[in-house]
Amino acid sequence: MSSLLKITDLHVSVADTPILKGVNMEIRQGEIHALMGPNGSGKSTLAYALAGHPNYEITGGTIEIDGVNITELEADERARLGMFLAFQYPVVIPGVKVADFIRHAISNIRNPDRKEGEGLVGMREFRKEIKARMEELGMDVEFARRYLNDGFSGGEKKRMEILQMAMLQPKFAILDETDSGLDSDAVRVVSEGLAKLSGPEMGVLIITHHERLLEYNPPKYTHVMLGGRIVETGDASLAHDLHANGYAKIRERHPEAAADNAQAEAASV
Amino acid sequence: MTATINIDRIGFSAEVFEEFLSLRTEADWITQARRVAFERYCTLLEEDLDPEEFKRVDLRVFNAAKFRPAAEGADAASVSTLLADETEYGGNIQHVDGRMVHSAFSDELASKGILFGDLQTMLEQHRELLEPYFMKQAVQPDADRFAAWHAAFWTSGTLLYVPKGVEADVPLHSLIAHTRSGVADFGHTLIIVEDEARATLLEETTSAEEDTEGLHVGCVELIVGKHANLRYVQLQNWSQKTWHFAHQAGNVASEASLQWTVVGLGSKLSHIHQDVNLAGRAASAEVNGVTFTSDRQKISYYTQQHHQAQGTHSDLLYKEVLRDESRVIWRGMIKVDEAAQQTDGYQRSDALMLSGDARCDSIPGLEIEADDVRCTHGATTGRVDEEQIFYAQSRGIMENEAMHMIVEGFFQQVYDRIPIEIVRETLSRTVQGKLGIESMTV
Repeated sequence: MSSLLKITDLHVSVADTPILKGVNMEIRQGEIHALMGPNGSGKSTLAYALAGHPNYEITGGTIEIDGVNITELEADERARLGMFLAFQYPVVIPGVKVADFIRHAISNIRNPDRKEGEGLVGMREFRKEIKARMEELGMDVEFARRYLNDGFSGGEKKRMEILQMAMLQPKFAILDETDSGLDSDAVRVVSEGLAKLSGPEMGVLIITHHERLLEYNPPKYTHVMLGGRIVETGDASLAHDLHANGYAKIRERHPEAAADNAQAEAASV
Repeated sequence: MTATINIDRIGFSAEVFEEFLSLRTEADWITQARRVAFERYCTLLEEDLDPEEFKRVDLRVFNAAKFRPAAEGADAASVSTLLADETEYGGNIQHVDGRMVHSAFSDELASKGILFGDLQTMLEQHRELLEPYFMKQAVQPDADRFAAWHAAFWTSGTLLYVPKGVEADVPLHSLIAHTRSGVADFGHTLIIVEDEARATLLEETTSAEEDTEGLHVGCVELIVGKHANLRYVQLQNWSQKTWHFAHQAGNVASEASLQWTVVGLGSKLSHIHQDVNLAGRAASAEVNGVTFTSDRQKISYYTQQHHQAQGTHSDLLYKEVLRDESRVIWRGMIKVDEAAQQTDGYQRSDALMLSGDARCDSIPGLEIEADDVRCTHGATTGRVDEEQIFYAQSRGIMENEAMHMIVEGFFQQVYDRIPIEIVRETLSRTVQGKLGIESMTV
């Protein structure tokens, strides 16, 4: 049976300012969802709140995986239940090699009861696995020896996110503007990479302003966020329409959410 | 008003000195040198310490009266070591409570003319060769009261002498240990690497028990001849009840290179005065510092990279991690003489604070008299970045484990500069131990 990520009436505040005002969404393993919306609508807030960032305070509603409420869980506990966030701005960790980082990560994901200092995934099988995944993503295997995201270009960082996703094999992956700030070759690589990885075992939520990622990974559903709410849900054609025509009509149809959004956008500048 | 100095609190009186001498059997010239140093010491005790170097080092609770040179040595077997069993050494020497208790040296290295062993024995056997070096070139007995104290009271020491053109192709090991509380040890390390010679010495300090209260007033002298290369590591791992004062200096001749790694893990309070003198044309030195303090430890470094000749190169990187209420002070200076044109000097200290109650003072400085030089310096102090922790957690890594990885990564940048694998591995393991990681299965 496929797993279900269920978000019910989710309210999230950042530094006591309400950002999400009742988000509902259901993502099944194997489904691709697109999340679109203008700046300040709360897309990244949803991504961080799902991943469990401590600064994103859930003030109401629930997040469940297969009926288990994960709202109160730490980020690492959520990850071990199958949640993954590909960061818009991947973090640099100097002195920590890519291979060591990913080896620790998958050791915890595959052995959720593991405690610090306990055994890691075997070195030989790990090397073989990471090499294969890197080759599939067209990455130089030398990157495994480099320090995590340290001195990486924008495209290299995003590819590193996709590599981690490939290694961690999450049930639910959220891609927060993985295609932003990249040249068209890098967008193609990331898009193809995601297309190879997503399948019946992975539910994907793609947050994007661009169309390319969705061309390679056509969404079953497109959600439009405005003023901290999902105001419309449609199919892939909705994403296409928004790319072509922008959010003017959406704002007209949802004046209250549009007003909230304008306020949030003004506050963030 | 002149305050009366309580000699017994800050140092050793003439009575202690005479008693110390009465217990020693040594060559007259050595005793005479001690007497000269002791005279100087008495004068220096009356003078204030250099405020630039010592103003942040709180010596008010130091009480020298609690410590005396030991009348006899202890057993070699009773101390644990981090480095001794990690590789095959060409020789090793152990000093316990200020006495040399064990010394071994490979016949192969000895046959090349290399000298390695107990300092006093070597000074007596090779006076003509060694006297011109011992506390005459790198560390002067009158540098300050700690140097003079050491020169008068040095207890035992390690001597390594490598003749011209000879390579000591396996590392040597030196251990300085305390096993009894109240012991004052004045260990000395003298390394002379003649022109075109090469050597590696790994030295460590340790206490038998975590509550062994000791005093170490040490001295390290590194003399590197033309085109020679010396790699020297000192891993300070005393108990947290030990006082550690040291004068350490390296003189690097033309086209020679010195790779010097200083590790500070133990001690209650440490103050290390470290001078690197780039004395000859195109001499170069790389200085690495790894410091990890916890509880209420205080470790202070006063480092100087002194460029005395043309085209010299120095590169210092200190990394400090501070826990609990510990404190680290780093005062670094790059000094460039007028003659030292085309000099390239670099110094940097990075501190990572794991607690809001820890404190780090990093004060870099430049003193440049030449006009065609490139000197850069920097210092950073920061906390573990919450976004790094979250990033790791979002990959399934627990908060503590993430924090530990970040700390190890922080040190990794200096490990990468240490050219000796067993030192890197030992440091990594020791840091993990201090972080409280039980075992790290690979």
